Amino acid sequence: MFGIPAQVLFGQLLLGLINGSFYALLSLGLAVIFGMLNVINFAHGALYMMGAFVAWMLLTYLGINYWWALLITPIVVGAFGALIERTLISRLYHLDHLYGLLLTFGLALLIEGLFRNAYGVSGLPYTIPAALAGGHNLGFMFLPNYRAWVIIASLVVCAATWVLIEKTRLGAYLRAATENPALVGAFGINVPRLITLTYGFGVGLAALAGVLAAPIYSVNPNMGADLVIVVFAVVVIGGMGSILGAVVSGFGLGIIEGLTRAFYPQGSSVVIFVIMAIVLLVKPAGLFGKTA
Amino acid sequence: MRLTKALLLSAAIALGTAPALATDVKIGVLNDRSGVYADLSGEGSVIAAKMAIADFDAAKKGINVTVVSADHQNKPDIASSIARQWYDQDGVDAIFDVPTSSAALAVSQVTKEKNKVFIDSGAGSTAIVGKSCSPNTILWTYDTYALANGTARTLLKQGKKSWFFITADYAFGQALENDTSEIVKNLGGTVVGDAKYPFPGSDFSSYLLKAQGSKADVIGLANAGGDTVNTMKQAAEFGITQGGQSIAALLVFITDVNAMGLDTAKGLLVTSAFYWDQNDGTRDFGKRFAAQDNGKMPTMVQAGVYASVLDYLKAVEATKSKDSKTVLDWMKANPTDDPLFGKGSILPNGRVLHDMYLYQVKSPAESKGPWDYYKLVATIPAKDAFQTMAQSGCTLN
Repeated sequence: MFGIPAQVLFGQLLLGLINGSFYALLSLGLAVIFGMLNVINFAHGALYMMGAFVAWMLLTYLGINYWWALLITPIVVGAFGALIERTLISRLYHLDHLYGLLLTFGLALLIEGLFRNAYGVSGLPYTIPAALAGGHNLGFMFLPNYRAWVIIASLVVCAATWVLIEKTRLGAYLRAATENPALVGAFGINVPRLITLTYGFGVGLAALAGVLAAPIYSVNPNMGADLVIVVFAVVVIGGMGSILGAVVSGFGLGIIEGLTRAFYPQGSSVVIFVIMAIVLLVKPAGLFGKTA
Repeated sequence: MRLTKALLLSAAIALGTAPALATDVKIGVLNDRSGVYADLSGEGSVIAAKMAIADFDAAKKGINVTVVSADHQNKPDIASSIARQWYDQDGVDAIFDVPTSSAALAVSQVTKEKNKVFIDSGAGSTAIVGKSCSPNTILWTYDTYALANGTARTLLKQGKKSWFFITADYAFGQALENDTSEIVKNLGGTVVGDAKYPFPGSDFSSYLLKAQGSKADVIGLANAGGDTVNTMKQAAEFGITQGGQSIAALLVFITDVNAMGLDTAKGLLVTSAFYWDQNDGTRDFGKRFAAQDNGKMPTMVQAGVYASVLDYLKAVEATKSKDSKTVLDWMKANPTDDPLFGKGSILPNGRVLHDMYLYQVKSPAESKGPWDYYKLVATIPAKDAFQTMAQSGCTLN
C-alpha cells in the first residue's frame, strides 16, 4: 500500500498505538480534570515529568524498583497535586477558566525550572526492568516487551477510569457534583474534598504515564513541555471533558502520527494540529463533546 | 576590590612593566540555557569563559573584562535579536559559544553586519565556515565534517559500507548527514536511505524501525544532545545492535554519555575535540571546572569557550586594541596555543585547526568512577581533521 511493504505498515501502526497509549493516559487525566473541575490543567506535562523523576529518585536514592514505583509514584505526585488544588487552584473556581490556565501554566514553568536547576537537561538514565527486557519478533517487526506492556497497562487504566467515573456510585457523585455542587453538598457529600481527590487522581494518571515513559524516553525536565501541547490538541479533538473522547482520540491520533512518521516524517509534528483545526471547523465541540 | 584593581593598575603603569591598556572589553556568552543543549553549553560555558578571564589575568594586564550571558532557546530569531541588542545597545564586543547551527548562522550574519567578533564553539555546521562564511566569524571546536571524518572513516575501514541516516531536520543535522554521506560515498560505501524528523524529537521508534528495515550496515545518527540520548536508548530497546547493525552516533558529548549510562553507551565511537582526562592540562581544567559546576566535567563545547576567550584576550593584549578587524587579523595570523586544545592555527575562513580524537566509550567494568568514560582509539592530526580552505567552499581569502 502506498508503495510501502505491508510489514512496514503493520510495524508503524503498532508503534502508533504505543505512542497513542501515552497520549490516551495523559489526555484522560486532562479530560477528567476539565470535565469535573472545569480547570484547564496546563501543569499536566510538568506533573508527568515529575512522575518520571519520582520513579528515578525512588530507584536512585531508595533502591525501590520499577514495580513499586508504578504504585508509589502516582500516590506521591497525586498527593502533591491535591496540595496544589487545595492551596492554589481552589481559590480560582469562581473566576474565568483563563485564570486556572494561567495559574497552572505558571506552576508548570516553576516545576520545570526547579528540576532543570537541580538535575540539568541532558537527562538521567533509567533502565527497563529485567522482567520486561528483550522482545519478540512478530515477523513484521521486533516488538520490545516493554512497549507491549505500555499498551496493555494504558488500556487497562483507561478502561478502569471510564468504569470508575461512568459506572460506580463514586463516579455518580462526582458527575452530580459537577452539575450542581450545592445540591450534592446538601445531601451530605463533602464536595470540596471530592474535587481535591479528582484533581489528585488526574495528576496521578499523569504521574503514572511518567513512570511508564521513564525507561524509554530520557528522564529530563523538558520531557513534558512539548508533550502537553500535543495532548491538549488530543483533548480538544476528542471533546473537552469527554473521557471516551480522550481515550479514543489519544490512541487514534497516536496511530495517525505514527503513519505520518513513516510516510512523511517532516509532517509528523504538525499532523495532529492540522487535524485539530479541521475538527474545530467541522465540529467545534470535538468528536465526542457535547455541544453546550 | 575596585580599589585594589585601581592600585594594581596604577602600579603597573608606574613600573612600565605592563602595557598601559586600560581597555574595557565586554563579551557575551550566548547559548541554550534551558533546552536540549543547556547541559553541554549553558551556564558551564559562562563558567569556562570566566575561568579563561581569570587564568589570563586580564585585570592585571589592564584589560577589564565583563561577561554577559543570555538564552537563545535554540531559535535563530531570538539569537539574532539578542545579538543585535548586545552589539547596538549593550556595547558587547564579541559573542562566544552559540550552539545550534541555525542560530549560529543568524548570529554570524548580524556580527558581520555590525562588524564585531563572533567565535563559535557550540555549533557544528560546516556552512558557518563554508558557503556562509564571514570575515568576522571563527568556528573553534568542531564541525560536521570533522565528526564525519572521525567516526565514519573508522567504520568504513571496518567494512561497514551501507548507511541509513536518522537526521534532525535543521541546519546542523542536514550538514552532518551531507558531510557524512560524502565521506561514505568517497570511500566506496552507499547511503540506502534516511529519515529526517522535526527537531527536537522524543520518540524515534518509527525511524529506527525504518532503519532496521533498510538492512543497512550502519545507522548514522545525525543529531545531538537529548535527541541522541533518546535514539540510543530506544535503539537498545529495539535490539538494533543484536540484529547485527552498528550505530554511529555522529555527535556525542560527554554529558550525553552520562545521560545514557555506560550500559547503553558502551563501545560507542565518539569523535571529540576534547576530553577532560587527556593530559595534565585538561585534567587540571576539568577538575577546576567540575568544582564550580556541581561536579560535572566540561564538554568540548565548554572547553572551546575557554580556549577561544583566552585566544581573543591574547589578541586584544597583543594588538592593544579591540577593533574587530585588528583582533581577528591577529588571531588568524598567529598560532593558537592553550592547555586544552594544544597548538593550532586559524584558516582565513575562521576554521580553527587543532587535533581531533577518536574515543571509544568504556564498559561499566572498565570505568573507574564518575565521568571516566572514554578510551583513546586514535588521534586525528589537525591537518587531516578539517576541511581545507578550498574544500570549504568559502570565498574569503
